[in-house]
Amino acid sequence: MNLSMKWLNDYVKADMPIKDYCHALTMSGSKVEGYEIEGKEISNVVVGKILSVVPHENSDHLVVCQVEVGEDAPIQIVTGASNVNAGDIIPVALDGSTLPGGIKIKKGKLRGVESNGMLCSLGELGLDKRDFPYAIEDGIFIMQEECEIGQDIQSAIGLNDTSVEFEITSNRPDCLSVTGLARETAATFDLALNIPEPSFKGVDGDINELLKVDIINTEKCKRYCAGIVKNVKIEPSPRWMRERLRASGVRPINNFVDITNYVMLEYGQPMHAFDLRYVEGAHINVRNAVNGEKIMTLDGVERELSDDMLVIADEKKPVAVAGVMGGEYSGIMDDTTTVVFESAYFEPSQVRRTSKALKLKSDASSRYEKGVDPLISMVCLKRAFQLVEELGAGEVLSTVIDCDHSDYVPSEVEFNSEWINNFLGTDISDADMKNYLGRLGFTFADGKTVAPSFRIDIGCKADIAEEVARIYGYNNIPSSDFRGVAKAEFTEEQKFVRTLRNAAVSLGGYEIATYSFVSPKYFDKIRLPENSELRKVVKIVNPLGEDTSVMRTTTIPSMLDVLSFNYNNRNEKACLFEISKEYIPAKEEKPYINGDILASSGNKKHRYEYSLPDEPQKLTIGMYGGEADFYTLKGMIEQLLDEIGISDVDYVRAGDSNASDEKYALHPGRSAVILKGDVILGIMGEVHPEVQDTYKLGTKTYVAKLNIAELMSVAAGKITYQPLPKFPATTRDLSLICDDEIPVAELEKAIKGAVGKILEKVTLFDVYKGKQIEDGKKSVSYSISMRSHEGTLTDEQADGAMKRVLKALSALGAELRG
Amino acid sequence: MKEQLEKIEAQAKQELDACTEIKALDDLRIRFLGKKGELTAILKQMGKLSAEERPIIGQLANQVRADIEEALKNKIESLKSEAQAAKIKEESIDITLPGKHAPFGKLHPLTKVENEIREIFMGMGFDIADGPEVDDDYHVFEALNLPPDHPARDTQDTFYIEGTDETILLRTQTSSVQVHVMENQKPPIRIISPGRVFRSDAVDATHSPLFHQIEGLVIDKGITMSDLKGTLDMLMKKLYGADCKLRFRPHHFPFTEPSCEVDISCFNCGGEGCSMCKDEGYIELLGAGMVHPKVLENCGIDPEVYSGFAFGLGLERMVMGRYDINDLRLLYENDVRFLEQF
Repeated sequence: MNLSMKWLNDYVKADMPIKDYCHALTMSGSKVEGYEIEGKEISNVVVGKILSVVPHENSDHLVVCQVEVGEDAPIQIVTGASNVNAGDIIPVALDGSTLPGGIKIKKGKLRGVESNGMLCSLGELGLDKRDFPYAIEDGIFIMQEECEIGQDIQSAIGLNDTSVEFEITSNRPDCLSVTGLARETAATFDLALNIPEPSFKGVDGDINELLKVDIINTEKCKRYCAGIVKNVKIEPSPRWMRERLRASGVRPINNFVDITNYVMLEYGQPMHAFDLRYVEGAHINVRNAVNGEKIMTLDGVERELSDDMLVIADEKKPVAVAGVMGGEYSGIMDDTTTVVFESAYFEPSQVRRTSKALKLKSDASSRYEKGVDPLISMVCLKRAFQLVEELGAGEVLSTVIDCDHSDYVPSEVEFNSEWINNFLGTDISDADMKNYLGRLGFTFADGKTVAPSFRIDIGCKADIAEEVARIYGYNNIPSSDFRGVAKAEFTEEQKFVRTLRNAAVSLGGYEIATYSFVSPKYFDKIRLPENSELRKVVKIVNPLGEDTSVMRTTTIPSMLDVLSFNYNNRNEKACLFEISKEYIPAKEEKPYINGDILASSGNKKHRYEYSLPDEPQKLTIGMYGGEADFYTLKGMIEQLLDEIGISDVDYVRAGDSNASDEKYALHPGRSAVILKGDVILGIMGEVHPEVQDTYKLGTKTYVAKLNIAELMSVAAGKITYQPLPKFPATTRDLSLICDDEIPVAELEKAIKGAVGKILEKVTLFDVYKGKQIEDGKKSVSYSISMRSHEGTLTDEQADGAMKRVLKALSALGAELRG
Repeated sequence: MKEQLEKIEAQAKQELDACTEIKALDDLRIRFLGKKGELTAILKQMGKLSAEERPIIGQLANQVRADIEEALKNKIESLKSEAQAAKIKEESIDITLPGKHAPFGKLHPLTKVENEIREIFMGMGFDIADGPEVDDDYHVFEALNLPPDHPARDTQDTFYIEGTDETILLRTQTSSVQVHVMENQKPPIRIISPGRVFRSDAVDATHSPLFHQIEGLVIDKGITMSDLKGTLDMLMKKLYGADCKLRFRPHHFPFTEPSCEVDISCFNCGGEGCSMCKDEGYIELLGAGMVHPKVLENCGIDPEVYSGFAFGLGLERMVMGRYDINDLRLLYENDVRFLEQF
């Protein structure tokens, strides 16, 4: 909303400095985004009168003028313009003046003749023909304004308004008008407000002989006022009206259109003016549209209507979509003779739904859907007619039509100053509160306060508290020391995630943040089978683009994208992790009910036919470059698991397991599913070469994904201290030869089983293939540490254990290396 | 004999002085003090002396032995410390060479600032609540006093989920967690809820279709707007130092009444007005207000008994302010050269 300060001053005397004005209004709730002083770039330009024009002695296209500018003597100015004559009143830029665009005018000589300034055109003053229709575009602006010689040009041509831009919140549509902001201004500064009741004289005549109005749907259209202007004269509006429209950001068109816009800006009530010729049967019906009915709206688009939309129709066809936009052929033409003015109240939600369904917004619809003053329709019709008469634009019929079905009841709210003070934490007197509310148009009766009709947002005590608070000043409310009394703690899950996150950082991970929505192309990019469960996604109906159109069912593609971004930015290595969610559609749609707990308090339940997806949290790790390989990643995971108290984990080849289809993104020989018993903790491995290529990763890349809920389910809750050993350990080394196929995990399992209770630690220290070792075999070396807590182990005990070990290994086909 | 002894002492001392190696000292000790050494040899001749001379020479001989031993000891120590000094000198390294790093990562700046805010609020007794990111219309809008057809819905540019008749959507604000918490917990309630929210904004330097908010909610008997101001004052002073000033401006949110926007004194000019704050002296920081009685009612809490406040702040804005980051996109690109800096 752009407010003309000149217009505002019709109703309230706001003559404080503009900065103070803007700040105070912002702090009382009408936020000012900025202001613009018209003509501020112009200085030292005055009204002048041409006394004489003589040819230039050294030029045929220049003339020399003597110009009276309100000083003792006329000044001499040389100009190239051909439209000036003695007696013309013109704008004169004096020596040392400035013009829009930073232009500076200085005196000087033109072809040897002294010139002490410049005569200005409209363009040079930053104006055009719309502002002064009588002027010419290319030539000096010959003024027809009432003004004095020597007067500042700004005041002479009305270029001295200030336009203030407000950001009005959706609950205050009343402030989208000059009178609304005048009320706020008066209340903020405690100034007198004077909004006169409009009235018009009118000419005799019965409107009912010319027009009939019926509201068929009185639910959606509560009031419809109409009046008629005969013998209209379509012409430009007067200067003052054009100036105000311009300052409000509205383009002047002709007197009738301008009047409807002027009243809308002044009171916030959309008005509609149309040609009576095109109302067939001279009969207006406010009714629902018929399904499939069509109308060509003013913007030249043909629109198909449905029966839940409201139209203004004549006996045959719709002439306007109610509260949204008029029909193309009903507008005011140059040959229009009789105009119907409409001022109506339409139900906000009706206008909003129609506007949304037609994807058609207008100034009118945005006002109606927020809600206009339900009592103002007739006032605005009168105001429009007052202006028609003032402008001499036609003859207004003194009788009007008022179909009034409104059921408006003023909003009454309990007024209790003690409650308000307790709610705000203030100590404002009852009288002060009443004063603030009175300034805002509230009245008082029987312990209640009554909201004015334009305050459609008032409905409860808290609303009244806000009114008091904003006039009192939010910044005058004291700040209380609000200290912790309740005890706060992390939930188990929050603690667990924090531990994981800190551990990932300690192990060299850089945390990343990625979008929850991704491109459905990732299905193919990570080689998911056609029938993969992971292809069943939560889809967004109205995404910004395909790249962000589905909620991810796996975090791995997001990680791959970031790794690829880094690789292609020539970062030589990266070790990254993210803790974030996946979005897994519910297995079956099971209708559910929200707000069950509300049943007892009598609120309605909310039933949804669709289930929310699961949002499991995942820890995703990715790395390339530097030390990155399968075992570095595995080591990182082992240490992470250790930190959260998970041990004895099995790593199973991903291909052999029924793990999630993410395994297809990984190298079949270099990937593993991480299991604790039969709980799948996660998946890890080298990225499949094909996927690496797809993601433009030119180096071996590794990813892992751990399932946080599953990790939590098997993590040890409690750490128990183990006493430090009192007796020395006995260590035996062992080198074995076995088939290459045998995973070392099996050898280790056999060793552990064979040594039994006295086993302290099995450490793998070498795996060797190659020279001296038969093809298809490998040499594996272990250091086995044994210890008893009862006493020093004897050689017999240690030897016995080793015998058992060799026997168990031999059963696996592993023999002592000779 | 006396002269012989004095000569031995002088000679021993002279040779000791000349000696530069610990090993050579051992040879000297044997030569002068050993069983077959020069001193012993002289003492062996003591028997030839008279009874008067013997104690005098004996005393002198012992003196000479003690002196030589003392000199030897001193020499050993001095040689040892010389050797030590030489070794130390030799072992000197360039201490300006870089240190060896164990791998250690970094938290994302969004997490860092979020952690800071969490800690401040936990200190004030706020629990951390979580809620679903894909939620239903009731929790995101309707229960928060945004019924269907409410014009404020337009400002939120919601993403809807396919096949759900616009009933399931990506939450546009963490305020939905307020509803979940109030449905499941009786007052007193004191929570914050950090999380992701989604709005259909095209990506540019200051917009992202996904961003983070931190919601706060306090419900109890006798909660006032003054408490809201005090809480936010404390938060900002802890985050930005005791000198920062807050400004509360009336605003409108459907789920709070009174509602306010909170501005913080400009980080650059401190409130004087500069180009960074568009001459305002203040920068918009967050939205807040007293929980609307309808919201309390919708959640089964009696507004005649309880009152409360709520606030929601944008994490990205705080992170960008904290680290002078001028482009929001950097936070989601995750370039390691960016991540390393926090």
